Amino acid sequence: MATSEATLTMTPMRPMGKTLALYVKEARYEFLKYLRLPVYSLSTVLFPVMFYVLFGLVMNRQGTINGISVATYLLGTYGTFGVMGASLFANGAGVAAERGLGWMQVKRASPMPPFANFLAKFVVSMIFSSIIELSLLVLGIAFGGVHIDPITALKLVGTLVLGAVPFCSLGLAIGFFAGPNSAPAVVNMIYLPLSFLSGLWVPVDMLPKFLQHIATGLPPYHLSQLALNLIGYGHGGSFWYHWEFLLGFMFISLGVARIGFQRDEKMYG
Amino acid sequence: MITAWRESTEVVPETKRAQGVVCSLQGVSKNYGTVHALKNVRLAIRAGELVALLGPNGAGKTTAVKLLLGLASPSAGQVSVFGGNPAQPEVRMRIGAMLQVAKVPETLRVREHLDLFSSYYLNPMPMDEVVAAAGLEQIKDRRFGELSGGQRQRVLFALAICGNPDIVFLDEPTVGLDVEARRMLWEQIRKLVSGGKTILLTTHYLQEADALADRVIVINQGQIIAEGTPAEIKAQTSGKKIRCVSQLPIEVVRAFPGVLEVKVDREAIEIKAKNAEIVVHELLLRDASLSGLEVTSAGLEEAFLALTQSNH
Repeated sequence: MATSEATLTMTPMRPMGKTLALYVKEARYEFLKYLRLPVYSLSTVLFPVMFYVLFGLVMNRQGTINGISVATYLLGTYGTFGVMGASLFANGAGVAAERGLGWMQVKRASPMPPFANFLAKFVVSMIFSSIIELSLLVLGIAFGGVHIDPITALKLVGTLVLGAVPFCSLGLAIGFFAGPNSAPAVVNMIYLPLSFLSGLWVPVDMLPKFLQHIATGLPPYHLSQLALNLIGYGHGGSFWYHWEFLLGFMFISLGVARIGFQRDEKMYG
Repeated sequence: MITAWRESTEVVPETKRAQGVVCSLQGVSKNYGTVHALKNVRLAIRAGELVALLGPNGAGKTTAVKLLLGLASPSAGQVSVFGGNPAQPEVRMRIGAMLQVAKVPETLRVREHLDLFSSYYLNPMPMDEVVAAAGLEQIKDRRFGELSGGQRQRVLFALAICGNPDIVFLDEPTVGLDVEARRMLWEQIRKLVSGGKTILLTTHYLQEADALADRVIVINQGQIIAEGTPAEIKAQTSGKKIRCVSQLPIEVVRAFPGVLEVKVDREAIEIKAKNAEIVVHELLLRDASLSGLEVTSAGLEEAFLALTQSNH
């Protein structure tokens, strides 16, 4: 038996094929885990959909914002709202719970590459983000008279799904600092005000002037502007300007998450 | 099969004592802020042995395991597992761990958890073998959230062994289990040892250390206070406990040869003595009305209490 040798015979690292299979499995089970958790899968999808149906399809049927259809405009803003929810809850509340209740330690003690776990969480958030935006699109086209060509629709979904990454990063940062029980509350305290102040509920142009200034400093504003630019209703800020803001925000969040990851070892380890 | 006889045995076969040191703590201290969880601890686990780290809650057992798993780094001293740092992926490939977990993702099925964990290792055990080894046949398709406490522990145990590791760390594996579930897990742990695995087990169940371990390391307040076979640990304190109802004044009994301690327990007196025979002889000689005589050997429990108390 191998147990008789006391020293470390260099174990060969995982071959590529096994590594790939591991990453796929990690993501697949992470997805199943959340899919079967109605408190996540239903609420993250239902909230933006419900808001969209209510404010975009029922209440403002003939409404326009700056001369444009409300149902189309809200595809960008409630889409952003949905992306934030899916990303913040899976990574914020999810990580805080797994960390605080010991599960993450079991995984960290195993030879699992930590990156596989984080990547899986990001991928799951992105999948749920795409489900949300696709639901909004289908509803808007079917019941809200939304006209959108397939390429633009694809770009819209793609933008929002990529836009999930900075918010997943923020989620990780929250997840590594919040306690397992308080994390959902912390997420809500960040998620809801940030959504309002970024003009995701009330169009940013209808906010008081000083709030509009605040909005330009908030990440969800920039993602919603990227989405709105695609459907022709944005403020017209350059593509790169918004992405640069989101990227910067992502790196800061990841930096904070990393500090938390390392602090965990000292505190709980 | 090495099973029933180890239940109460006091003898450890020499063959079980392989020579190679698999993992060790060398003068390790670990502080959490001002709390000294471990103080200059030295221990070594050799290949093929089952070592029980025994101590009360808060003694530092879990800290020792976390250091050996590379989940924490020592404040001083050196941790070595298979001659390397346990945080290295190559080392972790050869380690399995069962930790105290408050919550496991509950929406995944047992076999899904196993499938995922097996994929982390290079040469995992076939799924069927893991399922059989941990007794999960009936529950492998259930979601984790639907399982009872004993079943959950068996799944965590299965996760620890599914990678076919050379050394398995079991942190309080039977805590909170009923007697039957505990016996079952013991059975599975014994099978692992007979299969050649090295095991470090922490427990505050003295009976558990006695029943399973080749070697017991007693730890209290972050320090190792005794080490040896279960028999040797027991021998470190006095041997017998005598209980009887007697007319004799306590002072008289206390003066008997070999008596260590006498105390009144309800209607009876309890005597701790090195040698039961002499004391019983004296008792019967001097008190014809003596009744309810019981002689028991001091268990690991008494040994443990004596060891931890003398250390205060």
